[in-house]
Amino acid sequence: MRHFVVVGILVIVMAVLTYVGLDSAGLMPVEASAQSVSIDWLWNWQIVAISFLFALIVVPMAYSMVIFRRRKGDITDAEHVEGNTTLEITWTVIPLFIVLTFAYMGAYSLGETRRVDPNAMVIKVKAQQFTWTFEYPEYGGFFSNELHLPVDRQVVLKMESSDVIHSFWVPEFRVKQDVVPGRVTEYRITPTLIGSYKVRCAEICGTSHSYMENAIIVEDESVFTAWASEQETIMLASQTPESLGKILTVKNGCVGCHSIDGTQLTAPTWFGLYGSDVPLADGTTVVADDAYLAESILNSTAKLVEGFSPTTMPAYTLTDVEVANLIAYIKTLK
Amino acid sequence: MKKFFSTALAHGLFWQLIGILVGAGLVTGIRATMGLSVTAKFFFTEPAWVLGGFFGVLFFIAGSGAVSDWYKWARGIDTPEHHEDHHTGWEKYLSVSLDHKVIGIQYTVTALVLLSLGGLFALIFRTELAQSQLQFLTVEMQLFGQNGPQLYNTLMSLHGMIMIVSILLGVAGIMNYVVPLLLGAQDMAFPRLNAFSYWIAVPAAVLLVMSLILGGFDTGWTGYPPLSARAPVGMQMFFLGVFTAGWSSILGALNVIVTVVRMRAKGMTAMRMPILVWASVATSIIALTATQLIGLSFQLVMFQRLFGMGFFDPAKGGNPVLFQHLFWFYSHPAVYVFVLPGLGVISELLPVFARKPLFGYRWIAMSSLGIALVGFIVWAHHMFTSGMNEYLRVPFMYSTLLVAIPTGVKFFSWVATIWKGKISYETPMLFVIGAIVVFLMGGLTGPPNATVSTDLHLHDTYFIVGHFHDTIFGGFVFPFFAALYYWFPKATGRRMNETLGKIHFWLMTPSFFVMTLGMMRIGLLGMRRRIADYDPALGFDNTHLVLTIAGFLIAISVCVFMYNFFNSIKNGEKAEGNVWNSRSPEWQVPSPMPAHNYDQPFEVVGEPYDYGLPGSKYVEFIAPSKNTHK
Repeated sequence: MRHFVVVGILVIVMAVLTYVGLDSAGLMPVEASAQSVSIDWLWNWQIVAISFLFALIVVPMAYSMVIFRRRKGDITDAEHVEGNTTLEITWTVIPLFIVLTFAYMGAYSLGETRRVDPNAMVIKVKAQQFTWTFEYPEYGGFFSNELHLPVDRQVVLKMESSDVIHSFWVPEFRVKQDVVPGRVTEYRITPTLIGSYKVRCAEICGTSHSYMENAIIVEDESVFTAWASEQETIMLASQTPESLGKILTVKNGCVGCHSIDGTQLTAPTWFGLYGSDVPLADGTTVVADDAYLAESILNSTAKLVEGFSPTTMPAYTLTDVEVANLIAYIKTLK
Repeated sequence: MKKFFSTALAHGLFWQLIGILVGAGLVTGIRATMGLSVTAKFFFTEPAWVLGGFFGVLFFIAGSGAVSDWYKWARGIDTPEHHEDHHTGWEKYLSVSLDHKVIGIQYTVTALVLLSLGGLFALIFRTELAQSQLQFLTVEMQLFGQNGPQLYNTLMSLHGMIMIVSILLGVAGIMNYVVPLLLGAQDMAFPRLNAFSYWIAVPAAVLLVMSLILGGFDTGWTGYPPLSARAPVGMQMFFLGVFTAGWSSILGALNVIVTVVRMRAKGMTAMRMPILVWASVATSIIALTATQLIGLSFQLVMFQRLFGMGFFDPAKGGNPVLFQHLFWFYSHPAVYVFVLPGLGVISELLPVFARKPLFGYRWIAMSSLGIALVGFIVWAHHMFTSGMNEYLRVPFMYSTLLVAIPTGVKFFSWVATIWKGKISYETPMLFVIGAIVVFLMGGLTGPPNATVSTDLHLHDTYFIVGHFHDTIFGGFVFPFFAALYYWFPKATGRRMNETLGKIHFWLMTPSFFVMTLGMMRIGLLGMRRRIADYDPALGFDNTHLVLTIAGFLIAISVCVFMYNFFNSIKNGEKAEGNVWNSRSPEWQVPSPMPAHNYDQPFEVVGEPYDYGLPGSKYVEFIAPSKNTHK
């Protein structure tokens, strides 16, 4: 009996210490969405259960290991106890109730994250190797590689993939949703904290999967509206070949593989490309003029640049004018 | 060296090479006559490599001699029931043997080889992760037709699958060696099928490694299309390798089940079987009935690539999510294939070192079956974020959480077993205790992944990576080491060095805790799994450095084990008696075990774990005069 009392006290002490330790360790990132509240609520209860069960197993084990260790020279066996049906039923039935409670809480919490606001703003998302493109239908349908969101307003992302499976995850928002080719998946979120975050692709999608991260900016409603209106104006006003070309690169996600600042990604950078000498895989060199760029845009492996594997570029249908606009934009990158 | 070239292994590998060339040559010839391209980036075209890989397996099996008895039977030639081994020394283990003990050791050593290879791959990419940015697996470097990040993905993916195959072989090793001994059987029910099951795993492992040099693949071990439909030709070798290894698993499981059903000693009723036998049956039921699904899912992607069949191609009306259902229908229960025998080893060894009966034997036996059966209806918990029907998520959450019940029964029963025991701490017991605590960590971090809403955050992060390394180390790796230290004297007549064993334990266990807890910590804060590089702004550099150091410490501890293992075969302290003072039948006869197991059959006359009951016995050997057993 004395053993049970000591172990009982130690279990409680250990459980409390474990919980306090885990709780104060700051396990989760900052809570930046309405949906994260119910997720973190359930997480906290999980930590309570984990702390208690951890103590419940580890303490009697450690206690036995020390107190009931075999003494030197003792070669006798321990007391013959085969089992106890009441105990076995107890530790089957009580955990069953705990588990069902957690399942119920899980369903409730899932329901909270899926709560629909009929006035939610729709944003279309296109995922592709290795970037995200956001389209704002409420603002004339301009494209952006940054996701700007107004604070405290629910948005629903209608997500599509043009190649493989990706997964939209913002750790601070908690929620994650795969983006699957051939269907539209939905991601509903209500940002609650102004700040900069990143969407990080959570489903392996190829060579540069690690870098499939785009900026998310959560801002005040008025700041957001100003930004969105400005983007819309730029889109409508800018009819120069260069700016049309830039819009094309965003819309088609070119910058997922071709950097515009000289960084080496999966494909050659566009920075300072125009007019430069390009070494090819077959050992020759070619000058990056209009003809070369047009050929490479339409048939990426016709002249393979040295050091790059012939992974095919996604198939684009671009008109001659659009190709010319793209080249005009590339010329500006110096 | 000459001895080596006369072994089945050498013959098999030689014929596998010939098979690859014949198969690839055949396709290349056909393509040439059809006017199709005959060469590609890796010399042969993809269809040529696939048929080559397939022929390689067939040629290996034929060349190694693993099917020659069946071939002789087909021609009407009789073969003896048991071959007398022509080989005596180490060559015996590289040759086709029908002795379950030899096959068990073949499985075990192959598992250790693959464990080392998979571990080596992990060390390479773990080193790259020690710091943010790419240090040596850079975009500029090229190896096997892959740049750094591609090579990272290949090594990471192969680490997963090679470890899985290693675990399946390790499980088969324990079951093959121990189960017939525990049952009092002379061998497995089908000795030739048993040899076949082992030998087909060898070309499978070769195919997996071949994928590395044929451009690799970047999908992770899960091979989700459409990414796997676009990956380099290495993907096909991976699919073919897993498909082939699956045969080993299915046929091995069949053999175990039949052996347990048909070949138990007199008096060994179901509730008097050693607990490890129960675990082996439970694990074999899963392996026998679920493995087909991973083979099928991979085969469908192979055909999608080879013949343009759009099973998972949305442009052709296919469905990528369907693949995930097929894949996880095996791959979740597979986890229980890995851990159930390990949990069986824990239950088998605890009473020996606590000198007390196994608490709640029936409940532990039934909990293994319970886990195996519930395991079949939980697969979609890997798909909570996949875009499958939303409403399916809730029933799968309920079924998944139910797994906690039988698992909990095991934990509570183990604690009750050592409570008021007389516990001693030889190396096998240390690993058993380590296994319980590590598996507890894995078990406790499971439910947050099972409840859908928290899983929306945890899925595909390093939290998952930490969680399943805990379950697999606790459920397989620690018990596997315990089993090796424990049954080593039975196989060799010598024991492994205790001091080195303790160094192994005390180096590995703390490092392992640091590693998985660190993984879970950064996973919660935003570290995704399967990434070659991470955002320096996340501030994970220091943690990753610690994880890498911990990884290397684990590797060093395993090196200590390897030295101890191979050195003790010749130089270990002699141990021919009942080293652990166990009641189990295999320890009632001298070690090493004779070729045909027990000279006299035994009869079960008591409970297996009645430690502390004076005068009780589990088995009694039947004197030759009374021997009615053939």
